Amino acid sequence: MQHLIESFTETLREAGRRATPLSIRGGGSKAFYGRTVQGMEFRVGDYAGVIEYSPTELVVSARAGTPLAALEAVLAQENQMLPFEPPHFAPGATLGGAVACGLSGPRRPYAGAVRDHVLGITCLNGAGRRLRFGGQVMKNVAGYDISRTLTGSLGTLAVLLDITLKVLPRPETELTLRRETTAAETITLFNRWAGLPLPLSAGCYHDGSLTVRLSGFEQGVKAAADKLGGDKLPDAGTFWQDLREQRLAFFDDPRPLWRLSVAPATPPLPLEGDCLIDWGGAQRWVKTGLPAPALRQDAADGGGHATLFRNGDGNDVFHPLPAPLLALHRRLKQSFDPAGILNPGRMYPEL
Amino acid sequence: MSDNNVINLLRRRLPAHCLLFDPEDLRPYECDALSAYRRLPLAVVLPETPDQVRVTLQSCAELRVPVVARGAGTGLSGGALPLTDGVLLSLARFNRILDIDVQNRTARVEPGVTNLSISKAAEPFGLYYAPDPSSQIACSIGGNVAENAGGVHCLKYGLTVHNIQKLEILTIEGESLTIGGEALDSPGYDLLALLTGSEGLLGVITEVTVRLLAKPETAQVMLAAFDSVESAAAAVTAVIASGIIPAGLELLDNPAIRAVERFVHTGYPEEATAILLCELDGAREDVAAQIERTRAVFTQAGAIELRVSRNEAERQRFWAGRKAAFPAMGRLSPDYYCMDGTIPRRHLAKVLAEIGELSSAYGLPVCNVFHAGDGNLHPLILYDANQPGELERTEELGGKILELCVAVGGTITGEHGVGLEKIDQMCVQFNADELAQFHAVKQAFDPHGLLNPGKGIPTLHRCAEFGAMHVHHGQLSHPELERF
Repeated sequence: MQHLIESFTETLREAGRRATPLSIRGGGSKAFYGRTVQGMEFRVGDYAGVIEYSPTELVVSARAGTPLAALEAVLAQENQMLPFEPPHFAPGATLGGAVACGLSGPRRPYAGAVRDHVLGITCLNGAGRRLRFGGQVMKNVAGYDISRTLTGSLGTLAVLLDITLKVLPRPETELTLRRETTAAETITLFNRWAGLPLPLSAGCYHDGSLTVRLSGFEQGVKAAADKLGGDKLPDAGTFWQDLREQRLAFFDDPRPLWRLSVAPATPPLPLEGDCLIDWGGAQRWVKTGLPAPALRQDAADGGGHATLFRNGDGNDVFHPLPAPLLALHRRLKQSFDPAGILNPGRMYPEL
Repeated sequence: MSDNNVINLLRRRLPAHCLLFDPEDLRPYECDALSAYRRLPLAVVLPETPDQVRVTLQSCAELRVPVVARGAGTGLSGGALPLTDGVLLSLARFNRILDIDVQNRTARVEPGVTNLSISKAAEPFGLYYAPDPSSQIACSIGGNVAENAGGVHCLKYGLTVHNIQKLEILTIEGESLTIGGEALDSPGYDLLALLTGSEGLLGVITEVTVRLLAKPETAQVMLAAFDSVESAAAAVTAVIASGIIPAGLELLDNPAIRAVERFVHTGYPEEATAILLCELDGAREDVAAQIERTRAVFTQAGAIELRVSRNEAERQRFWAGRKAAFPAMGRLSPDYYCMDGTIPRRHLAKVLAEIGELSSAYGLPVCNVFHAGDGNLHPLILYDANQPGELERTEELGGKILELCVAVGGTITGEHGVGLEKIDQMCVQFNADELAQFHAVKQAFDPHGLLNPGKGIPTLHRCAEFGAMHVHHGQLSHPELERF
């Protein structure tokens, strides 16, 4: 793998010298996400493989090009999992792509996001310097938390090489319940439940039905199910996977798909279009032809932000940042990538 | 003189009772909880409004005077140690809980609010703030964010970074920024993570929104005694391998057990070589099942005695000894020095044995009381600062222990921060390129290096002097820099 790192370094140095923008590509499964980058394709997916996995440490280290499916299979053999349930979106999805995009699945509000499980990252910054931040332990406050800062930075700060994650045992029991109700009632229930000691692990609503998942030890899950009520959903594993992978019928639609991340108790949004509530109320998927400012305003009113997730124009994707914050982002970008060659414009035109 | 300039400027811009510069008044601010390091600042500012914080920062920026922010001053790494040519900015008067949002399960608080008071305010709603550093009765949430504080329950509930949602900060120029938001994530870079644990080097926190969790239905503690450190360490690994994530998993070695018993008489088995305190929480039904499983795991691992708390009072009693451990050491020895290295759990037995050898070699006793579940060691070196040279020997032994942690794949600090204390060991953990990247990040926030300079991240110059500069593949990075 050393030769690959050397070739990556050389690519970065050369691109820096010539000011050639690079469009970093792992498995290409999330190429649709973010703004369009005009740059030379920089393939990094060959840098793959699990480096170290010690189940009793609850820690795994793997190279960024490692297929997510392969990594999940390795963990499953030891009855462990990535708690943040990263979406794949296509068979080629890599660990590096999951971390660079910072996307998390249905378990996120109860188990934490990708960034919460990143313990350490080795990367190449824009100058081709190989840097290691964080480590292999749960608690580590030496230096700034750069590995979490890189998570979700869409390859605009550094090329990810090695990633160390915290993993968790798979829950002994999972049980999914469904009941008919309204969106408003769902949001009330989700947030009331989240304030009680219940083993919640996912909560979603669409088209008149609320679906909630419980995970943990058998006795506790059973006791919680009795409290919540509803019908047990057969084949629930497929449902949650399909939600995570956006394979539910809701997502099969050519209209722009918006992701609104809001305070979880935000009432149903008064928007034209179809809405699916996930993350116990904190994530709202909206299919609509409405113009961006309307969605941005609704998201902001809910204390959050709106992303044009799919079927957009590849330009106005992420929620605009206030000017002083954007200026700080630019200075940070410059500190990692002074020549501005790493995925320029993927997140914001200025970065 | 610029010294008088900044005092004069602040006198003009702030109410008189918000500014201290008489040496007698400055004395209480000469150190944080790492009291081996002391110095007086030029002045102390005690603002009462965010606007006064802004004015203070702007004044210091104008005159290029460094600023050290301070919460409750309970930090253990000298992070809030003043600078003789700088202003100490105390956030202690920002002590109000602004809002508890029960629906969204968050609390919006000022930075000087104590950690414990957040959980107390949330209690009527069945909620609490999970990170619980041992100083939680006194330490402030602003300081917790600056240090990314942990506590006993990190293994299951995470550190500060996992439990906060939004910060209001002021830059050194006095510009106000909102980091994070009401939602679970925010657009742009994850500055919330970058700010958390940045030790006051990037910005000054003026408001924090923390996430609140539902209080577990019940919690029970199991006390397991072992006749060797190896078997206790193996039991730590085995319980996690069994699929259980304890809410807390703490280890006390024999010197620590005996010190605690002399101090608080909690009934810990004094003959044990090590004890584990394992807390399990959750639904009543789950906890009962987990207790049985843990009992089997510990028995298999060679526990010579097992006790389970039968009620809340007994649970508190089991913890009382652990919580009194540091004061108990204070009784045993005129001074003690607490380390904070973290290692992969599988190296626990080996590292503890090597710490024992180092302790003998230096002739300084070491007690171990620590967060075994996440491999976060707190070796306490007992010494007497009045004996000439003993503090220096203690610091050298501490440094060796931290280097040992790095050598087995760990880190020099799990939760206490680098501050001034561990700044030389940063040169062991990071190479010149990494340190240069840290400095570049700092510059993006604080171009003139005025926020808490000299803490957290060492200069390359300092590392060269310390003699621990990493050399990779026989080549020094940045050959253009001078070496000493």
